[in-house]
Amino acid sequence: MSTVTDTATRATAPGAGGSAVHRLLRRWPVGLFVLLFLLPYCALEVPVLLDGPVGSAGSLQLLATCLLFGALATGYDLLLGRTGLLSFGHALYFAAGSYATNTMMQEAGLPFGLSVVLGLVFGVVLAVLLGSVSLRVTGIGFSMVTLAFAQAGSIVVARDPGGFTGGEEGRAVAAGFLPSSLVGIDNTANLYWITLAFLGLTLAVVHLTTHSPTGRVWEGIKENERRVEVLGLRPYAYKLVAFTVAGGLAALGGIVHLLLTGGSTPHTTSSEFTLSLLVMVVLGGSGTRWGPMLGGILYTWADHRLGDVANSAAVADLPAVLRVPLSQPLFLLGALFVIVVNVLPGGLAALPGRIREARAARRGAGKDARDAPAPDAPAPPDADTDTDTDTKERHTP
Amino acid sequence: MSPGRTARTVPTARPAEGGPLLAVRGLRVLIGGRHILHGVDLDVAAQGVTALLGRNGAGKTTTVRGVLGLVPRTGSVLLDGEETVGLATHTLVRRGIGYAPEDRGVFAGLTVAENLRLAERGDGEPDYALVHELFPELLTRARQAAGTLSGGQQQMVAIGRTLLNGNRLIIADEPTKGLAPKVVTEVTSVLERAAEAVPVLLVEQNLAMVRRLATHCAVLADGRTAHQGPAAALLGDPEATRRLLGVGRAPSPAIPPTTADDAAGAGRSDRTEADL
Amino acid sequence: MDTVVLLTLTGLGLGALYFLVASGLSLIFGLMDVLNFAHGALLSVGAYATWWAASGHLPGAGSGGLGFVLAVLFGVVVGTLAAIVLELVVVRPLYTRPREQVLATVGVSLAVPALLSGIWGTDPLTFPGPEALKSTVGVLGASVPANRLVLIAAAVLVWAGLKLFLDRTRHGLVVRAGVEDRAMVTALGIDVRKAFTLVFAIGGAAAALGGALGGLYFGSVDPGQGTSLLIFAFVVVVTGGMGSVTGAAVASVVIGLVQQFANYYTTAGLGDLAVVVLLAALLLVRPRGLTGRLA
Repeated sequence: MSTVTDTATRATAPGAGGSAVHRLLRRWPVGLFVLLFLLPYCALEVPVLLDGPVGSAGSLQLLATCLLFGALATGYDLLLGRTGLLSFGHALYFAAGSYATNTMMQEAGLPFGLSVVLGLVFGVVLAVLLGSVSLRVTGIGFSMVTLAFAQAGSIVVARDPGGFTGGEEGRAVAAGFLPSSLVGIDNTANLYWITLAFLGLTLAVVHLTTHSPTGRVWEGIKENERRVEVLGLRPYAYKLVAFTVAGGLAALGGIVHLLLTGGSTPHTTSSEFTLSLLVMVVLGGSGTRWGPMLGGILYTWADHRLGDVANSAAVADLPAVLRVPLSQPLFLLGALFVIVVNVLPGGLAALPGRIREARAARRGAGKDARDAPAPDAPAPPDADTDTDTDTKERHTP
Repeated sequence: MSPGRTARTVPTARPAEGGPLLAVRGLRVLIGGRHILHGVDLDVAAQGVTALLGRNGAGKTTTVRGVLGLVPRTGSVLLDGEETVGLATHTLVRRGIGYAPEDRGVFAGLTVAENLRLAERGDGEPDYALVHELFPELLTRARQAAGTLSGGQQQMVAIGRTLLNGNRLIIADEPTKGLAPKVVTEVTSVLERAAEAVPVLLVEQNLAMVRRLATHCAVLADGRTAHQGPAAALLGDPEATRRLLGVGRAPSPAIPPTTADDAAGAGRSDRTEADL
Repeated sequence: MDTVVLLTLTGLGLGALYFLVASGLSLIFGLMDVLNFAHGALLSVGAYATWWAASGHLPGAGSGGLGFVLAVLFGVVVGTLAAIVLELVVVRPLYTRPREQVLATVGVSLAVPALLSGIWGTDPLTFPGPEALKSTVGVLGASVPANRLVLIAAAVLVWAGLKLFLDRTRHGLVVRAGVEDRAMVTALGIDVRKAFTLVFAIGGAAAALGGALGGLYFGSVDPGQGTSLLIFAFVVVVTGGMGSVTGAAVASVVIGLVQQFANYYTTAGLGDLAVVVLLAALLLVRPRGLTGRLA
């Protein structure tokens, strides 16, 4: 449903170019958001994409998971694509939100709302503390330190101190600790809306912060940290802000994940978890507005659905050479990722631009090239003439 | 605009004799989305020293790095009439270029002997006799780590490496930068001697040295060629010297100012651009 | 005393395993600025190839005596080839984009374990090996599993071989120079990309050997083994300084010992924790690692 409207709007846009259409086009995120909001009321069957009707609990659960990871990837890109920080420890803050809230509720016996707030605060404080330490080193050293901290978190969770984390089993939230409106299959729509709200919040936070003065400094840091220093700014403080905001968003995502899955799992502390976020971001298009979200949604969907495809009869009948790779979503995603990194820098978000370019090139390469202003127009014409004169001088000594 | 000019000025088949050894046409270098060179034209004479001059940041080091393919470049660079743009740096160098970079490019953790051995190309007998005759210190300090040498000694290693092979061209980028006057004299006389056998492209700020060595010169300004011609003509004309080089009077043969040259050339290797 | 000897040798055995992974990782990073996330996958490839050969699939190879040696050799060859393919197909096309090189190896690090579990399942497989290596040996009154000693001997041999290669051969000279300044090596007329493939091959061989012998050490192989070892190898590489083989050797020993002793004398798991915290602390105090190379 949503896709149909979306394509229709897009199709009319480039040709018409009228201001009304243009305005509509600029509002498409709002329209899409409304559509997403209404999905739980939709009884449509989408055969390949989803198992049951869109509004069914199973489909909503998958959709919510997709949206959650879309949001997480968007938050992670605040570091990678906006500030140029390659963190290998983002999972830590996600897991911190989840486990802290879980522990507050079940061990400290605090009410749900307070637990959520404290879980978020814990994640943010952890991000401030570890960020302020990690950011003292730059480049690959930063990546390593974040990886080390995350690994430490992973080990702690696996050791199950005081029985808080449940070790390798993870820890489910027992009935009665969560509000009844957030428990059970009948209430999946509520969880879906919470996830959607989290996605909206993440997109808004990322959009607002990157368009703030701080965001412009982040951009400067990403391009050339030394130049920012020369301007008399302290990159460290700005990077710490980015790290904290991203960490806070991840912690909140962990809390949403806790609600959505009804518990905390140690998988969310692993370095693979961070790496999968990295893959989502790069797949979708790092540093773009919608790319990370798109990558997160597609990755999560593929991860879930490819597993089902693998178990289908069509695949089971294939020879082993084809069946084995096809039955492993992570293999396909990993391979796809390598290909995207190689042939599509900028990720999926860069695809429309690429296609437009290719089309323009086919329409008449010579004409377009001459008409289009050179993006790197090197020199004013008079300066060029200078050089020409010089050349002539030299050739007629 | 650049294709047109390239087509006009690139000779299709230039005879090696009489023409320049190295002919650079319309060399452009783009680093980080910014043009550092806007089209440099440069001829290196088949004999003697050709000096490449210009103020700080004019693009001298980038020109040299562009010629060698150490930075992405477009345009045309003919070595003895053969196009070299498109060749990998190591292939181009093996055609007979010795390069002593601005920062000397000495491997600090390797010994002097190892530094020299790296320059061997396995396609002819390396001329250690010549190198050790010119720089006896390199023999006595052969087993010393190059990082522990003085600046002058490191420069000897850098120049020694260019003399080891039967090169067709030596490129020396500010070989006297930051050296004590006594060492400057020594380096100058070595280059003078080297230039008797091999043409030299010399990037230099020390005009006294240029006066002594250079037969031809080219002046860069803002990433373009501002002047080319016989060295004596330019340096004998105080007005032109001041206009092109910003030098008011003939400088004393002292140490040139050791300010950083081109932003692009300051990075020792592509390593600095790597953020991972 | 017995305990100390056993812990020391077990710690050294673990350190030896780390060294086999970290030495290649360190050389690759030092020379190419590529943090090879696929290095754990290379270890797994070596481990599975050895397991496959030693389980009787490869004619002549087996679980005992010369047959096992052949199986290990097979594993090393497969790991080396995998590393060469990795460099030529995945890393080389991205030569001018260092960050994408790392990302591509991340993709491989996800894909290879998934493929391995697709073929052989996610459960650990019992690793076959000679009976002699499953028994214990008396050392200073302590009975030490023989596989620890094999690992230590293998790591010492690899270290000595690497030292000889780096110090005595021209290729080694090029690698050492390239670690310092890649661009200058090409400016001397040397095709540094050949050295890239070479260090990948060497790193792949060492990691595959680590995989084969790690199978003995742990008694089993599973698809995630390489990845979990990789993190400790990162710790070793950073501690030892990127690009320094001797630094990696020293750091491997230190990390292995610290981990074993801390795990034994405090609560289990604290040693692992101590090591990663050590990494963070060290990077903060000395961002260039122990040997001074930029981390």
